[in-house]
Amino acid sequence: MMRHLISAADLTRDDAVLILDTAEEMARVADRPIKKLPALRGRTVCNLFFEDSTRTRISFEAAEKRLSADVINFAAKGSSVSKGESLKDTAQTLEAMGVDAVVIRHGASGAPYRLATSGWIDAPVINAGDGTHQHPTQALLDAFTMRRRLIGPDAGLGQGLDGKRITLVGDVLHSRVARSNVDLLHTLGAEVTLVAPPTLIPVGVENWPCEVSYDLDSTLPKSDAVMMLRVQRERMKAAFFPTEREYSRRYGLDGDRMARMPGHAVVMHPGPMVRGMEITAEVADSERCTVVEQVANGVSIRMAVLYLLLGGNEPAVTHPAPATTPATKRSAPASASRIEEK
Amino acid sequence: MSKILIRGAQVLGGEPQDVLIDGSEIAEVGQGLAADGADVVEAGGKILLPGLVDLHTHLREPGREDSETVLTGTRAAASGGYTSVFAMANTFPVADTAGVVEQVYRLGKESGYCDVQPIGAVTVGLEGKKLAELGAMHESAAGVTVFSDDGKCVDDAVIMRRALEYVKAFGGVVAQHAQEPRLTEGAQMNEGVVSAELGLGGWPAVAEESIIARDVLLAEHVGSRVHICHLSTAGSVEIVRWAKSRGIDVTAEVTPHHLLLTDELVRSYNPVYKVNPPLRTERDVMALREALADGTIDIVATDHAPHPHEDKDCEWAAAAMGMVGLETALSVVQHTMVDTGLLTWEGVAERMSWAPARIGGAAGHGRPVSAGEPANLTLLDPAYRGAVDPAGFASRSRNTPYEGRELPGRVTHTWLRGRATLVDGKLQ
Ligand SMILES: [Zn+2]
Repeated sequence: MMRHLISAADLTRDDAVLILDTAEEMARVADRPIKKLPALRGRTVCNLFFEDSTRTRISFEAAEKRLSADVINFAAKGSSVSKGESLKDTAQTLEAMGVDAVVIRHGASGAPYRLATSGWIDAPVINAGDGTHQHPTQALLDAFTMRRRLIGPDAGLGQGLDGKRITLVGDVLHSRVARSNVDLLHTLGAEVTLVAPPTLIPVGVENWPCEVSYDLDSTLPKSDAVMMLRVQRERMKAAFFPTEREYSRRYGLDGDRMARMPGHAVVMHPGPMVRGMEITAEVADSERCTVVEQVANGVSIRMAVLYLLLGGNEPAVTHPAPATTPATKRSAPASASRIEEK
Repeated sequence: MSKILIRGAQVLGGEPQDVLIDGSEIAEVGQGLAADGADVVEAGGKILLPGLVDLHTHLREPGREDSETVLTGTRAAASGGYTSVFAMANTFPVADTAGVVEQVYRLGKESGYCDVQPIGAVTVGLEGKKLAELGAMHESAAGVTVFSDDGKCVDDAVIMRRALEYVKAFGGVVAQHAQEPRLTEGAQMNEGVVSAELGLGGWPAVAEESIIARDVLLAEHVGSRVHICHLSTAGSVEIVRWAKSRGIDVTAEVTPHHLLLTDELVRSYNPVYKVNPPLRTERDVMALREALADGTIDIVATDHAPHPHEDKDCEWAAAAMGMVGLETALSVVQHTMVDTGLLTWEGVAERMSWAPARIGGAAGHGRPVSAGEPANLTLLDPAYRGAVDPAGFASRSRNTPYEGRELPGRVTHTWLRGRATLVDGKLQ
């Protein structure tokens, strides 16, 4: 494993599979009466949020607490981000306080990378979303959700998403979720197709390891999972598309369109959904929609990432009967035999 | 000090010659000149060039003396081999009146390191709405002939047309910072493969090229000349080449950094590489070098843009745009143009001294290295190799993209009208 988690592109296949397998173990802990593990006891994790995101912050906080870490929440929203000094100053403050890891959410692309490489702070940095760049734990939880649904929680252990056809629909241009997913899904062997109006596809996309289509209807029958990206209504004002109605008609997912997907295919959304815009209520509330699972899986994935970056060599979860161990560079902690649960 | 004998220098890269300076002028150029009481500078193996002229320098005074002053900026200029710099108008207050340009002119005179020729703003407050008093700035003691809203584009086609026409009355020239503003809202770097990956707002080449295309056509229509600042794309080169072939009176500059660096460096998210116009691609860099070699691009101008440390020691989006360049320009040009065989030293003299002096009308600068000319001279050691160390800069700012990078060549001496401003690499 690397020291920081900045970009999904930095993950090798072995790293990614290890995280998914570890998350599977963490998910099993969540089913137990006592959900807490001692792995990060005595370690301090700071959730440094320069941008509002209650959902992501709560998910990280839950993960940290289940691993028994001490948690500091630092909401820097409204501070002088335009001047930029606050990132460096805050980092140095946290360094002086001796935090063991920083989870950072920032509106500026590259801020977590700067934090990890500028020498302002020594602790591992986990990117919880930066500008329109990356959101690696989101991509990991999405891949985890796909693997569980399309292969199975047990059958999926040790595996990637080889040959799975994943379609991402919506505002790719402004989406860190799309960038992270394309990188990670490609690493895991999936075939990714982006679908959007041409205005919402970045210039330079030709180097991405994926296909691009402007036509949703022809892509749906060839999809094992369809991920709808949030489309902000403000984009309309900047002429990315003419009207909300036209966007929905061409790129929204409704019941009719969902019916064109293969029977096993799932609908995903990173949330929060704009119902009526990119997804109808009928689809959002259907059995095939994984939005609620994605939230639960987010906690497991973040526990896995925190454990693997911070937990050292101690096993996180132990079982009397070890689960199958995948052949990875470093074995998943599931294979350990010591019982450490509290 | 009255006489200096520069002995054995390769004048414009040619055969070794001696150059005798007497007072403020070159007295004699030839072989085997007698020292005859003159101070002798042994210049074997070194290249003697006319003092360099920079048509695009940000001296920051008045208003941002924390990043540079006329004094520190002209010291940096002398260190880099310059004897004349044109100071951009985007100061605080903006150099859009006779009063401000005269202040900058006077500060330049007082510094004594390098002549400072103020550039006047085209429009009041650089706002692109209303012409500044161009004639008053020209008639002032500063004698402004170059006008630019640099940092901002004169994007209104009518204002640009009027400015181009108006300055004809006194032989002025408008230097355009070509950046279509709507196409570059929120722009953070070159738009392309790297920006797509990094999630940084794109600054598309077309935002530069469309303005250049419009402006050369406007210049043709009204019969004016126009100068294009810091041309950065292969497409811009094509447009300027076409315009010149059509007889349009256009000149263009390229910065040293656009001759060497590409947007791949932005992957580091290190704001030292953040500049406007942004670093482009390898293909653009090669096109710019070729265009500078074949004369499509007339000159090298530094766009020396000092910023205090805190404006770069932050995340990319919050960082200021710009790089210092006066003290590394000649080394970068040697590296990218001379050592690659694209330009001779005489070609460097044309692009870094003669042509910029012609375009800007810098009296006494950009002259031949021959008897009777003002002794504005630069001596450099082309064999020198060393890593760039910003701690040694004379500039008040350190925002160089070359820190630690090995670049060839080193300016050892600069003379401004016979007065040594730099001796053995040390400011006098
Ligand atoms: Zn400019």
